[in-house]
Amino acid sequence: MTITSTPVDNGINLPALLDAREALTADPVLAEFEWRASCSWVNGTHSHSTVEGFTGLRGEQSHKTVFHYDIDHPECFASEDHGATPIEMVLVGLAGCLVAGVASVAQMREIQLRSVSATLSGDMNLLGVLGLDPEVRNGFGGIRVHFDVDADASKADIEAIVAQSQKRSAVYDIVTNPTNVTVTVN
Amino acid sequence: METTTVIIGAGHSGLAMSRRLSDRSIDHVVLERGQVANSWRTERWPTLRLQTPNWQTRLPGHHYVGNDPDGFMGMPELIDFITGYAGTIEAPVHTGTTVFSVRPVPGGYGEGYEVVTDQGTWRADSVVLASGPANVAVVPAVAAGVPEAITTRTSMDYKGPDTIPDGGVLIVGGSATGVQLAEEIHRAGRPVTLAVGEHVRLPRLYRGRDILWWMDAAGVLDERYDEVDDLTRARHVPSPQIIGTPERITIDLNSLAARGVRVTGRLAGVRDGVAQFSGSLRNQCTLADLKLNRLLATLDEWCTRAGLDTDVERPRRFEETRLDAAPALTLDLRRSDIRTIIWACGYRADHSWVDLPVFDRHQRIRHDGGVVTDAPGLYLLGTKFLRRRRSTYICGAEQDTLELSAHLHHFLDHHEGAIALSAMDGPASRPGTTRSRLAFAKG
Repeated sequence: MTITSTPVDNGINLPALLDAREALTADPVLAEFEWRASCSWVNGTHSHSTVEGFTGLRGEQSHKTVFHYDIDHPECFASEDHGATPIEMVLVGLAGCLVAGVASVAQMREIQLRSVSATLSGDMNLLGVLGLDPEVRNGFGGIRVHFDVDADASKADIEAIVAQSQKRSAVYDIVTNPTNVTVTVN
Repeated sequence: METTTVIIGAGHSGLAMSRRLSDRSIDHVVLERGQVANSWRTERWPTLRLQTPNWQTRLPGHHYVGNDPDGFMGMPELIDFITGYAGTIEAPVHTGTTVFSVRPVPGGYGEGYEVVTDQGTWRADSVVLASGPANVAVVPAVAAGVPEAITTRTSMDYKGPDTIPDGGVLIVGGSATGVQLAEEIHRAGRPVTLAVGEHVRLPRLYRGRDILWWMDAAGVLDERYDEVDDLTRARHVPSPQIIGTPERITIDLNSLAARGVRVTGRLAGVRDGVAQFSGSLRNQCTLADLKLNRLLATLDEWCTRAGLDTDVERPRRFEETRLDAAPALTLDLRRSDIRTIIWACGYRADHSWVDLPVFDRHQRIRHDGGVVTDAPGLYLLGTKFLRRRRSTYICGAEQDTLELSAHLHHFLDHHEGAIALSAMDGPASRPGTTRSRLAFAKG
């Protein structure tokens, strides 16, 4: 790490994070969160999802605004392509989680980031979702994430930040480990 | 029955404390449910050897005197070592004494303790919990999904490869225990699958010397509990992948895989008889490799500062952990060759007999370097990173008991009311011993 005259600032409010860690340790109920999304079918494979509210910190919380997502499939799937595919949204979620983690861990370790970019790809064999081959799973056969990080740090330090961001990532955990999913219908 | 201090557990920690209290003429007893060194006798597998070299296996006033200082004690030698120590220091051990409860005296909380056993009840000003960090083998919740046809063992009830059914073995856990059992069971000719989550990789030898010599000499083992960034984390770091063998071999995922052990990610679930392994193995190995390299860099820097570079081999780095391009994510336990699963997922202490409000929400005792929080006169010994990294090892008892016995002595001499009450009592060897007797009389 080079010595810089300006304090490390990756846009992460570290004092607030550290305060939060302390508060959540003192009162673990604060740490119990529920994240939500809702989705309505529009037409064909096109759906419209919104996220707004969530619970946590012993109460109902809300984003500053409602966020909207159109989800669809591309034209080669005989769809109208009003938005990303759900499986691309998974990659978006994983990327967002890991990149946020990189920034936070770098801030914690007092490493100034100049740029971070991640490219993600996942292999998928359509024979699975189409039910044409029972040996093929529906989901990704594997996911690859490649990071380009420019920072005031050694290669080993950057690798350690990226590794730590995986270790602490919610979405990384969700995609690498099984999760119980309960679906109900009215 | 009355005494000043009750030590619970006659393992290396409890005995080391006994020696310290004797040095200070503090009246005490050591209560032991079985025999001296009971956990080592009954709750470990027969071929287990210590990870620490013999020269490092030392207790206050007692050290290895054999002709193999760089070797590693097996269980019989270790049991002899600890039993010999109990005799040398003439520890007042009461064997065959099971503690049912540690509770406040009827006079009230903070007035001393009652230690209820199957051989009667002791009353004492202070109590030292030295029953060990490894009383219960952790079995993860996913065990509930394992098909009934599969035999399961923990690392506490596993007694050798010939005591489990023929066929393949899935070992869950890649810390010291897991890799050691993988090595032993694979060597016995069994197909072994090793499920590995977070782990710590350590070479046995580095630059020609034992890795524990390096950590000892460079002060890594002396890092204190109140100096580490994240104590909770430090106390939960898995035990390193290391084994004590006469050949001083290094054991890691590369060495195991090269011999044919199949390495998978952490066992994350069992659904419909199918074991599901985490896809995080690559990152777990990356983290372990990076962490190993950081440790080696620390040791190299220390070596240069200490002027020892010419005395030892040149610095080196180890090959990164090799993995299959796509490690298995599932294993159908109903159709595979696996006949036995061994849970090597770590241990936890059992303090369920401590009837005092000293626990956190995970039922772990709250303490400050072994001084139990909100329980004056109660001490904890022998747990991971109790006061320093060394506390995890047998030799950690030396310094830990030196410091905690001083704290205990000070407590006996100064706890609230001690001086005033002692003036009312007859002659006493130390002021602190009198108070609880009066409290007991009131009770």
